[in-house]
Amino acid sequence: MTTQVAEANTPINPVEPFLRMDRMPHIWCPGCGIGTTVNCFARALTSSGYDLDKVAIVSGIGCTGRVAGYLNLDSFHTTHGRAIPFATGLKLANPELKVVVYSGDGDLIAIGGNHLIHAARRNIDITVVCVNNMLYGMTGGQVGPATPNTAIASTAPYGAFEQPFNLPFLADSCGAVYVARWTSYHVRQMTRAMREAMAKPGFSFIEIVAPCPTLYQRRNRLGDGLDAMKYYKQRSTRKDGASTRDVDIDFQGDIVVGKFIDRERPTFLQAMNHRFTERLGSRYTPYPTGLED
Amino acid sequence: MTVDPKGVLTGHHYLDGDHACCEGALAAGCRFAAGYPITPSTEVVERISARFPMIGGVFIQMEDELASSIAVLGAAWAGKKSMTVTSGPGFSLMMEHIGLAAMTETPVVFVNVQRGGPSTGLPTLPGQADMMQARWGSHGDYEIIALCPNSPQECFDLTIEAFNLSEKYRVPVMFMMDECVGHMTERVIIPKPEELHVVDRKFTSRPPGEYLPYKVYDGWVPEMVKAGDGYRFHITGLTHNEVGYPAMNWQAQEKLVRRLIDKIRKNADEIAMYEEADTEDADVVVLSYGITSRVAMRGVEMARAQGAKVGTLRLIVVWPMPETKIREIAGKVKAIVVPEMNYGQVALEVERLAGGRTQTVLVPHGGGTVHDPEAIARAILEVSR
Repeated sequence: MTTQVAEANTPINPVEPFLRMDRMPHIWCPGCGIGTTVNCFARALTSSGYDLDKVAIVSGIGCTGRVAGYLNLDSFHTTHGRAIPFATGLKLANPELKVVVYSGDGDLIAIGGNHLIHAARRNIDITVVCVNNMLYGMTGGQVGPATPNTAIASTAPYGAFEQPFNLPFLADSCGAVYVARWTSYHVRQMTRAMREAMAKPGFSFIEIVAPCPTLYQRRNRLGDGLDAMKYYKQRSTRKDGASTRDVDIDFQGDIVVGKFIDRERPTFLQAMNHRFTERLGSRYTPYPTGLED
Repeated sequence: MTVDPKGVLTGHHYLDGDHACCEGALAAGCRFAAGYPITPSTEVVERISARFPMIGGVFIQMEDELASSIAVLGAAWAGKKSMTVTSGPGFSLMMEHIGLAAMTETPVVFVNVQRGGPSTGLPTLPGQADMMQARWGSHGDYEIIALCPNSPQECFDLTIEAFNLSEKYRVPVMFMMDECVGHMTERVIIPKPEELHVVDRKFTSRPPGEYLPYKVYDGWVPEMVKAGDGYRFHITGLTHNEVGYPAMNWQAQEKLVRRLIDKIRKNADEIAMYEEADTEDADVVVLSYGITSRVAMRGVEMARAQGAKVGTLRLIVVWPMPETKIREIAGKVKAIVVPEMNYGQVALEVERLAGGRTQTVLVPHGGGTVHDPEAIARAILEVSR
């Protein structure tokens, strides 16, 4: 009884309405950065003023892949690497939806890399939030496409030696119209970037560098989640408009953060309507793009 | 039932099976398609890409078959009827999303214009060797429905049926053509819109709050919703409970997977479509499907000319099998002869159902061309002596 009274008097956390509270507690480890990004995403939604019934979230597989399952939106937990093509079908079939893909570096950049680059090229009007914890968390800390050189991972026990992807450069070179990077330390900037990205017509991409204390920090003797925050704070430099070529992240090295790309390009559906109207004239009724006034 | 007349090209046409399949999809109300080029199926999406702009559909050529096979699931959850089209090698890549569609009960149609395999095999030549893959290709236990047309007319008619079955049972339906049927050109009659039977998606009428995405309120199949309608639903490929939330325990697995299987198996007789002829006083029944059923007819005629009493059973729906019908036939004939363009996929299922009550004789063919009718006739004559 006392518990119930106590609960009734507890002020509701402002992000609660955005979460499936009946699914708490979540699966993420203490010190994990994913929850912070979800908090920021909820706040970005609050301040954006969207009709949340028209916002859909799509995840792939992995620790970040669980985000879709915790957000109180139309939410899709799909297959490994395929969140973007699912989101493509969802968006094109109902352009009125605001579609956000929320997944990790392994999911989006390795197994799903082909889909990422083509969705960016086509300028599909979706926002991709890529939480980069620099390894595969869910399966136990294996080396991934964003693991910096010499970092230890469970399948790179002597240190990673492959060249990792520079994620903003990848998204930029494939045609993304909005590209930003923040860390889970930069909660206000991240929130703003999420809001901007969702408002941007076309393919927007945000990389969020976030710690995996259980597998990355510990295995590399880097301390816990708080130590990662200190690292992000000390070694991050904001350089809006920086050339994405120059924003590689070395092991425990400097992290260039900021908004790198913000440009205009017709979305897939705008380009489709333009082409078909040009060629077919009045025989073609323009398809909704979701960007009409 | 509502048919959008814009998609119905009423009239008499001279079409190949691939094009007829496209017209069937349009008539059924398909308004989203994704594909990746692959012989001998590409003509289906080539026609879709030309026709969709005129009727309000969206076609996208994706970067691979993994992408096209899940884009159609995304479109389905946005409320559209959707389809993807491929052949063997692409079908292999699509397996993970046949599993996802089965698990999430997403109505969608996968067209496979079969060619010779395995691997790259015979890209331009026919095969029927993906039949077991269509049934079991994705990991885990599930059931699907598979149809096999044997003419361009059926490519039209049965594509509509494939959509209808996918909506009725919320299951991925495999439309298993073959290169011959896909590339042969014949007369195709497309009826008037009001003469078509098209099944609409069964969206729930329950308001948000009173609706659970995976609760079965009636029959075998949950009611569907679509994104954007305020239900704030969750869909996952993980084993899930009635709310749609992950449930990592054997009880949830038993409840969900058992139903995914039962909704097809227990309705097999209702789903069954076959053509049966002259089985009443037959000594031998030839069971076939797809293009092989037409080749088999020549073999049957040749055997009859030599006095054999032969009946035929042509499967239109191959999966699930019409088990009751096959058992009944097995109880009264000397043998069931099964010609197919593989080394025994459907035949082994027939043998299982015959249960030793009759002999099952496979007439195999590796694909690349159709059977020699004489080989079928010889098999019939051998067992009818």
